[in-house]
Amino acid sequence: MLAMNYRGPFRVRIDQKPYPQLLHPEDAIVRVTRSCICGSDLHLYHGLVPDTRVGMTFGHEFIGVVEEIGPSVTKLKVGDHVMVPFNISCGKCAFCKQELYGNCHESNPQATAVGGIFGYSHTAGGYDGGQAEYVRVPYANVGPTVIPSDLDPDDAVLLTDVVPTGYQAAEMAGIKKGDTVVVFGAGPIGIMAAKCSWLFGAARVIVIDHLEYRLEFVKRYANCEAYNFRSLEDPVLFIKKTTDWFGADVCIDAVGTEAAGNTMQTITGRKMLLQAGSATALHWAINSVKKGGIVSIVGVYGPTDNLVPIGNVVNKGLTIRANQTSVKRLLPRLIEHVRAGHLNPKGIITHRVPLEETAEAYHIFSAKLDNCIKTVLIPPSARN
Amino acid sequence: MENNNKEYENIKGWGVDADPENEPTYPMKKYTGDDHQRSNWERPDLQIQTVEILHSNERPGLTAVFGSSTPPSGLSGSIRRYAFKYSESSYGHWLPLVLADRINVIEGIVDDLKRGYVPNIFAERGWKAELKYNKEGLAKKVFVGLLVTTVVVTLLSKRLKDWYRI
Repeated sequence: MLAMNYRGPFRVRIDQKPYPQLLHPEDAIVRVTRSCICGSDLHLYHGLVPDTRVGMTFGHEFIGVVEEIGPSVTKLKVGDHVMVPFNISCGKCAFCKQELYGNCHESNPQATAVGGIFGYSHTAGGYDGGQAEYVRVPYANVGPTVIPSDLDPDDAVLLTDVVPTGYQAAEMAGIKKGDTVVVFGAGPIGIMAAKCSWLFGAARVIVIDHLEYRLEFVKRYANCEAYNFRSLEDPVLFIKKTTDWFGADVCIDAVGTEAAGNTMQTITGRKMLLQAGSATALHWAINSVKKGGIVSIVGVYGPTDNLVPIGNVVNKGLTIRANQTSVKRLLPRLIEHVRAGHLNPKGIITHRVPLEETAEAYHIFSAKLDNCIKTVLIPPSARN
Repeated sequence: MENNNKEYENIKGWGVDADPENEPTYPMKKYTGDDHQRSNWERPDLQIQTVEILHSNERPGLTAVFGSSTPPSGLSGSIRRYAFKYSESSYGHWLPLVLADRINVIEGIVDDLKRGYVPNIFAERGWKAELKYNKEGLAKKVFVGLLVTTVVVTLLSKRLKDWYRI
């Protein structure tokens, strides 16, 4: 079968790889019909996530048709078209029982801090991902959800990560009616976090980024204000001024490890790897939020340390809320939102690319060419 | 600055998920008390291990399922095995893994060559897209690359000439 093959930082190709096997009674094999390149895939692509091995297949946002099921799979049948949450969750451990499906303790032997994630290095379990024609899906009774017949596949594939992550960012932010929300990052997650902030009753949503085309996009798509930090002398000062010198009620970090905007953070975090990525967005979020405010973090950071103004977290009495998204918990509500027209996930797709052109697709997304926001890879069998 | 015109209330879906009860312990956790049972839940069936799987020393063994992609091998594999002697809290764990990743890239090229396959680095880096969408940027990169190469070659050849004169 065709599958993406990681060869090193900034190098991927499509190769023939063996068809995946059922390795556990609760496994399913899924024929992929759509998969996306996520912003967090770029952290792998740029070589920033430890234990990313040459030969791996990435891809944690995908949907597909069930081709085979293990003997213990009771909730799916061959032929079902399913969306597969990016988290691999057993449904039985203490964390899954509490709907913390992103924190499963039975899916990732390599690290205890993070649950298993499809195609996201051995630090997240060593699973091959969905940027392929077929993929092994463990715990098929738990994560995969049959796509309702009235849901567009392009919407469905974005419900496996982007939409739930943006929504959970807003949910974790504890937004109250009338709040001012600042979202750092106008990538797909930041765009969705801005959009979802309205659902929680925000009165003002401000997005900060440095890519003009994305700022223009988010302004239209999420009905929000958008500012380029390159044209602001100091984004923190700007937010203080624009909130009557008070600070935002909540700030959302939707950037993570590859943030631009601070030379010292960029050099130490992205170039020299002396910290677990550049924490510029988180730094700004902590300093921009009001005293007693909430900072919600969905940006991905590496596993070691980051330079953040923790003293200000203490002095301002901030609440920091962060987690991997519990996709399974959120799916029913988000499907309702799509049906009601509150959310239009497929509206962020800018590129539909054949799986065979994955290398170009990664480069386009990474280099921000052709006004790229979101790329969907389509395997040959789904194009016919 | 208060937004007095309240136009935002006309945004489709505005406020439908507003929840005054949403406070810092929810939705992070719907606490069931299971935490006090520690790791004594009824485990799923265990996947049979057929390849080498490294596991964090912060847990007693493998999880019930695991990925079996790209088991550790070669020099990078040895470094990874060393890294897993240290906890996730230690630089001794993460820094060797980063080193192993870089060595693994070279191993990948060697493996390709051994199989008689010469990797097309330009294609793998997706430069066809650069040609299509960023001709000017690509031209700049090629120009700078050529300039640097010319300078390096000139300096090296000058040094070699000087060395032979000695």
